[in-house]
Amino acid sequence: MPSNWQRLKSDRRAAHVAFVALGLLLAAAPFLVGASLGNGWVRILDFVLLYIMLALGLNIVVGYAGLLDLGYVAFYAVGAYLYALLASPHFGLHLPVWLILPLGALVAGLFGMMLGAPTLRLRGDYLAIVTLGFGEIIRIFLNNLNAPVNITNGPQGISMIDPLGAGGISLSQSFELFGMQVPGIYAIYYLFLALALLIVFISLRLQDSRIGRAWVAIREDEVAAEAMGINTRNIKLLAFAMGASFGGISGGLFAGFQGFVSPESFNLMESIMILCMVVLGGMGHIPGVILGAILLTVLPEALRYIGPLQEALFGRVVVDPADLRMLIFGLALIVVMIFRPAGLWPSKTRRREFSSEAEVPEQEALYDAKR
Amino acid sequence: MDIFLQQLINGLVLGSVYALIALGYTMVYGILELINFAHGEVVMIGAMVTLAVVNMLMASGVDIPGIMIVATGLLVAIAVCMALGFAIERIAYRPLRKAPRLAPLITAIGVSIVLQNVAMIIWGRQYISFPPILPMTRHDIGGAGITDLQIFIFVLALVLMAGLVLLVKKTRIGRAMRATAQAPEIAGLMGVNVNAVISFTFILGSALAAVAGLMVSAYYGIAHYYMGFLLGLKAFTAAVLGGIGNIAGAMLGGLLLGVIESMAAGYIGDITGGFLGSHYQDVFAFFVLIGVLVFRPSGLLGERVAERA
Repeated sequence: MPSNWQRLKSDRRAAHVAFVALGLLLAAAPFLVGASLGNGWVRILDFVLLYIMLALGLNIVVGYAGLLDLGYVAFYAVGAYLYALLASPHFGLHLPVWLILPLGALVAGLFGMMLGAPTLRLRGDYLAIVTLGFGEIIRIFLNNLNAPVNITNGPQGISMIDPLGAGGISLSQSFELFGMQVPGIYAIYYLFLALALLIVFISLRLQDSRIGRAWVAIREDEVAAEAMGINTRNIKLLAFAMGASFGGISGGLFAGFQGFVSPESFNLMESIMILCMVVLGGMGHIPGVILGAILLTVLPEALRYIGPLQEALFGRVVVDPADLRMLIFGLALIVVMIFRPAGLWPSKTRRREFSSEAEVPEQEALYDAKR
Repeated sequence: MDIFLQQLINGLVLGSVYALIALGYTMVYGILELINFAHGEVVMIGAMVTLAVVNMLMASGVDIPGIMIVATGLLVAIAVCMALGFAIERIAYRPLRKAPRLAPLITAIGVSIVLQNVAMIIWGRQYISFPPILPMTRHDIGGAGITDLQIFIFVLALVLMAGLVLLVKKTRIGRAMRATAQAPEIAGLMGVNVNAVISFTFILGSALAAVAGLMVSAYYGIAHYYMGFLLGLKAFTAAVLGGIGNIAGAMLGGLLLGVIESMAAGYIGDITGGFLGSHYQDVFAFFVLIGVLVFRPSGLLGERVAERA
């Protein structure tokens, strides 16, 4: 594998071929999946893309800037509810999608700043727990803001949300292509793919930018970063706002895709799941995070097949597959972290840090510079 | 009835349970600087095991008083939780002691998910009710009521906390715990078996969690496989409120949080003119948490810790 990798990096033609192949694969993916596994899996594919966007958003906060955020789902919720309120019969508003999505990003970004401003002095675990509290506060308010003025419709949530689409064309409806009826989830796939690629692109550009390097500097050593002239407060706020706005866009897409939002979709488990995608894949490393998002979205779905598998093995269903599913998921989290604490696909520098941390200390003791 | 006194009593009783759980968080954090996210689930397992044993004894028709039945259940639960605490540390945390800080957090989440689902598979998704075998006589104090159970919970919690303080301050193992919390490597050089101390800390915290599990399920009359999560979260809030890593802080934080919560639940309707109801009760814990962290990040009794990278 490594040699192939290097060839891709040095040989431009091989790189071009690989690039085109990847593009074709991405373009054909829903039809391949739909033909082999059924349309249910195309829907899962849509969710994979949605979670990639979310994970990359959280990656900015956790992976680049090193700020542990356990309430990320709050921004997802803000985006989703904004879409739901502005495009559903609930208030009788039906604003166009191209207006709501950027608005969702903006509002979620503002919420990110709101959360960031008072908490930036905190670090590590304290920050984690405050963000967790913030996420829960948002959820509890969504749950209870149906009285005395009905804003969020409480636990029932908001339904009949306008589908994604523009100019009277809805993407969720099936359309005809070469004489075949194609369900809307295929069109949604291409919309999500385009936006996910855009977010990947932004993440890549951010990583190598002045801001991206400032984030990494803060992650590695905040005091040193400040001494180098980085305005740590503003840069950290920016990380929060940027990550939150990605979450806001994803939330809007989720609302339009599902046609229904309720507070239940935005519980802490969801935040934890997104965080697991980032950490399990490899913090701060875009391909790793994408891998994490794919695995953690597909794994619970794939584990639904435990039921039939049990029947094949034991002749009957021994344990309810829905119960077993999350159990195996939890075990997988533990096992992966024990054997690959830096994540499944960490960036090169991080992998180096890890191997050196384990081996070098004995040598370093020979000349201890600290004394 | 005097609302203020009543809410104060309810708050103190609930707070003493929070304090017991918070101790588990704070002791582990003091030594390993790790949020033991799975601690709330240990409380849940404690409650579930107690109830399982109690229901089994009741069904078998043995003729012993209710308190003895509950005590038997509690002893079994304590044993199970101690073993569980030991296993969790051994499997999920010890291999990752040198890993980056987020890695043990993820395994802790994994352990939580596993425990929740194991409990769900064994005991099902439904709420399990606590059989009415404990004395529930109401006493009247100055217009407010307090039940035998509430008195029992409060007193037992205080006794356990006092015992814990004695253990940490006066015994050999307690001294080893404090030494390990201050400087694990130096403690090791001084002949303290650091690994044993860490295991002991987990076992101790889990035993307290088992007792807390019994208290919560007896107090609310139900247990559920998902109960550990919110409980753990609030107890952690209590630990942070008091200053995490500080044992007295966890007790103070737990009691305070309980009182704040029940006061807020009792009065919020009046204060906001009915705009916000008592179902916002759970929010206060988090507002308190954010408030404390913003104005006094080290908690009420915590010392300012030097910043670590």
